[in-house]
Amino acid sequence: MGRITLDKVSKAFGDVEVIPPLDLTIEDGEFVVFVGPSGCGKSTLLRLIAGLEDVSGGEIRINGQDATQTPPAKRGLAMVFQSYALYPHMSVRKNIAFPMRMAGMPKDEQDRRIEAAAKALNLTDYLDRRPGQLSGGQRQRVAIGRAIVREPDAFLFDEPLSNLDAALRVGMRLEISELHKRLTTTMVYVTHDQVEAMTMADKIVVLQAGRIEQVGSPMELYRSPRNVFVAGFIGSPKMNLLTGPEADKHSATTIGIRPEHIAISSDAGAWKGTVGVSEHLGSDTFFHVTVEGFHDPLTVRASGEVALYYGDTIYLTPDLAHLHRFDAQGLRIA
Amino acid sequence: MATKHSRASARIMISPAVILLLGWMLIPLSMTLYFSFLRYNLLMPGMEEFTGLTNYKYFLTDPAFFAALTNTILLVCGVLLVTVIGGVFLALLLDQPFFGQGIVRILVIAPFFVMPTVSALVWKNMFMNPVNGLFAHLFKFFGLEPFDFLAQAPLASIIGIVSWQWLPFATLILLTAFQSLDQEQLEASEMDGAPWIKRFWFIMLPHLSRAITVVILIQTIFLLSVFAEILVTTNGGPGTASTNLTYLIYMQSLLQFDVGGGSAGGVVAIILANIVAIFLMRMIGKNLDA
Repeated sequence: MGRITLDKVSKAFGDVEVIPPLDLTIEDGEFVVFVGPSGCGKSTLLRLIAGLEDVSGGEIRINGQDATQTPPAKRGLAMVFQSYALYPHMSVRKNIAFPMRMAGMPKDEQDRRIEAAAKALNLTDYLDRRPGQLSGGQRQRVAIGRAIVREPDAFLFDEPLSNLDAALRVGMRLEISELHKRLTTTMVYVTHDQVEAMTMADKIVVLQAGRIEQVGSPMELYRSPRNVFVAGFIGSPKMNLLTGPEADKHSATTIGIRPEHIAISSDAGAWKGTVGVSEHLGSDTFFHVTVEGFHDPLTVRASGEVALYYGDTIYLTPDLAHLHRFDAQGLRIA
Repeated sequence: MATKHSRASARIMISPAVILLLGWMLIPLSMTLYFSFLRYNLLMPGMEEFTGLTNYKYFLTDPAFFAALTNTILLVCGVLLVTVIGGVFLALLLDQPFFGQGIVRILVIAPFFVMPTVSALVWKNMFMNPVNGLFAHLFKFFGLEPFDFLAQAPLASIIGIVSWQWLPFATLILLTAFQSLDQEQLEASEMDGAPWIKRFWFIMLPHLSRAITVVILIQTIFLLSVFAEILVTTNGGPGTASTNLTYLIYMQSLLQFDVGGGSAGGVVAIILANIVAIFLMRMIGKNLDA
């Protein structure tokens, strides 16, 4: 069981309110990702759930019980930190054993759980090493191992992959998703990387300045972002957002169209523009196109190789079925 | 990395410093060795003659030697104990955020800037004096007999004075060590269910071990040669109750004018200091390896 409910939870540091009252329910077994730009309060929110920060108002319920005043160790949650926070003077085995040792668990049960965790995380050969002798990915796995052996109700991850290099990050992303499928324990994951959010989450919580902008499955957020912020934040490359006369044509203040929903042609289309920089990824090519009368250049996706070069003229046609319209408050017009 | 050429020139360039330091050490050392084999008394100038190991024999069989040896060990260990434990405690307190932190930190460091003779005299005359000292007034206030610290507990008093001088050093080093402790480690151990005392024992103290090693090594070097504090307070007395090796050598060579005997004592002290150094490096030096 790992159902976490936040009821009007708020947090202020002195006079600065970093999280205005906020409601959120995390269902048992869900993989929930908090995503938002840096400083949006996502880590603070996670630390409130963990109990490392005291809430300024509201109530946190874990499995239906009020845990607002419960000390961190008693909440049944395990946390993986951004810096891994391994104990440098202890071997990997002792690191993993530490929470069980603090709980006074029998030695043979400790050993059994360590062996199981080490096997699951490919750490068996490294149990007697110190964290300093391990690579970044291995340290990350030790930190996860230390969390697993407690058999918590929920795992909390605080930007666990941001210290890894790009290739390793993709690998660990898969491993954590895999772990979630196997353990089916609730996981709460904080990241600023919307790709991680899209690929891993059952439910994404988009935060900005401590407020929840939208909660939903990755595809919901992709298909129908509730406001301009979510529209611009979710999706890679970013959605093209246009204001002015072009938006007025669709009776909206802002319109948004994703790079993959614009058709390109070399002789005819709705908008005429000039090709700027193009980024070739092999499977896709992204063109940055300057269109007369538009404030920002548009990003357009073309599949595979297209014989268009810097300075060429290009015609673009947006797919109106995938056009997002937003009003003056930035909210979606259905 | 370095080429053969750059290594050779590095050696040439560093050699003046090395030669200077080597001479600085070797010349006094060889003169001490030389004097220690001479019958050399300042009261009988020009009568020096080679006497072999006689000086050593007299120095090592002097009952004051063993008293001095014990006192030296007690002094070093006592001060180390007080400064390391007190230093950890003070550093822990100073690491907490509180009002006026900057000023309090400077105040804590202050005793280190007071020179040994001055601080020993301040302690002797203003605190420990059985008639006018603050402690005497305090005792009298509670209706107790004033305690003559320097006469009745001379070595303990000197340990106290020297500890007061070295506590800031230990505190400063340990404070910086506390500040370099990763807060996420503490939070992780808190999540892992460790109460404060276990966090201190399992996370903070191991983190401090390297800093404690540095404190012990550096302090031992200086504590073996404590001198001024003894000279201005007890003069090594009563009897030999507060005489350490350094003071004994001073007495031998400058109060008894026996340069030969003093030099022999000096050589013995060098040997003992090296034994201590080897032991220390063996026992705790491994903490310094990363």
